[in-house]
Amino acid sequence: MSDHILVESKFDPATAIYDSVLPAGEGWIHEVKKGQTFRIVDLGGNQAADTLFYNARDFSERYSALDTINAQGGIYLTTGSRLLSNLGNELVVITADTCGRHDTLGGACAAESNQVRYSIDKRYMHSCRDSFTAALATWGVSKRDMTSNVNFFMNVPVTPEGKLTFEDGISEAGKYVEMTAIIDVAVVISNCPQLNNPCNAYNPTPVRLLVWGADVS
Amino acid sequence: MAPDTLLFEEELRGGASFAHVLKRGTALTITDLAGGANVPATFFNFELFVERYNMPDTLKAQHTAHLTRGHCIYSDMGRVLCSIIEDSVGWHDPIGAHSTAETVQAKYGTHSYQDFRNDWYTSTRENFLRELARFGMDRRDLQAHINFFSKVQVNSEGKMQFIPLNSKAGDSVTLRAEMNTLIVIDTNPHPLDPSAEYKPKSVHLRFHRVHPPGPDDLCRNSCPENTRGFINSERYFL
Repeated sequence: MSDHILVESKFDPATAIYDSVLPAGEGWIHEVKKGQTFRIVDLGGNQAADTLFYNARDFSERYSALDTINAQGGIYLTTGSRLLSNLGNELVVITADTCGRHDTLGGACAAESNQVRYSIDKRYMHSCRDSFTAALATWGVSKRDMTSNVNFFMNVPVTPEGKLTFEDGISEAGKYVEMTAIIDVAVVISNCPQLNNPCNAYNPTPVRLLVWGADVS
Repeated sequence: MAPDTLLFEEELRGGASFAHVLKRGTALTITDLAGGANVPATFFNFELFVERYNMPDTLKAQHTAHLTRGHCIYSDMGRVLCSIIEDSVGWHDPIGAHSTAETVQAKYGTHSYQDFRNDWYTSTRENFLRELARFGMDRRDLQAHINFFSKVQVNSEGKMQFIPLNSKAGDSVTLRAEMNTLIVIDTNPHPLDPSAEYKPKSVHLRFHRVHPPGPDDLCRNSCPENTRGFINSERYFL
């Protein structure tokens, strides 16, 4: 799977049934129904959109990073990638991508991982896990159900020697990724507030979220 | 290696699984008896199951996509659950998946209990869920795991490749518990292992008491992140 084949969308924002802007540092939860298409737009450039996916009818079925990357034989996501659940079922398929590479291994920042990675006194800083738990709580779902996430627009290369690094992003203002739901999915986003590494170019910015109905072509 | 005291030891046969609460101050040495073993394992804080092994936090804290001597196994709470104090293998795989009943059947066919008794085909998923059920947990609690003794390499395009024969007969890895850690381990083959025959390998398990990590401990000092991870684990017990 090449990470340089960019595919543009056929959808017009004017026909979207949902269109909103999510500021950095905020969480979001929304049901995308089977057949609907969902787009995340990186408005400011190099902004990580940490995203969880669940079967909207049964939260015990959820996106599995390991099942997804093993099935496609590669660690990056782009057009054609099928995001699989822990039960091996398809949740969404990526249908357009003008960025070209999205991360599956970097996870979400947390108060505690910030302590480990940067300094014990960083615990006060806002993090994706706190946005995730707040968004999930509105649907009565707790941390027990929080699993590994996709980092759209984030660049986390692995080397043949087995090193993992956080590199400067390859996204830019206006780049987007789009996916079609195979079943009814609950999508949970933390628009990443991280200030300690280049995942947001040290300047967290808003993302735009759009949904098109299954009947729009 | 620090002098230690044997607590107990046993052989875990191929296709079987085991769960044990590895107490702080004890260690588990897993030895590949025949070579080519795969040991999927996952970890929980025994006192609070909702704190568990976190794959991304483990990898990004140590800037690594493989695990070996000197590395730590992190929970989602910024604490070190276990540290790898000895390793003769050099590469354990944290990004490969694990087998399920469906993938085992598709790859190897079916060997039912009715026909094969305890030589039936099992899968890591079924074995993990069976072990978790003993502790009141279910698939909601099953997240990432580590495939000990296996190697999956990633090339510059991001493609994943399973490297066969990563571990030789007699190779071993030692995990020291820094917290009271529920460790769940299985012995089913790696799902990316191209071998067409279902041949899960037996491993030897040696549980022993070890000295607590001192100020000059290898795992504590292998990177500044791990020094802070040990601080978080040690504060938990204050």
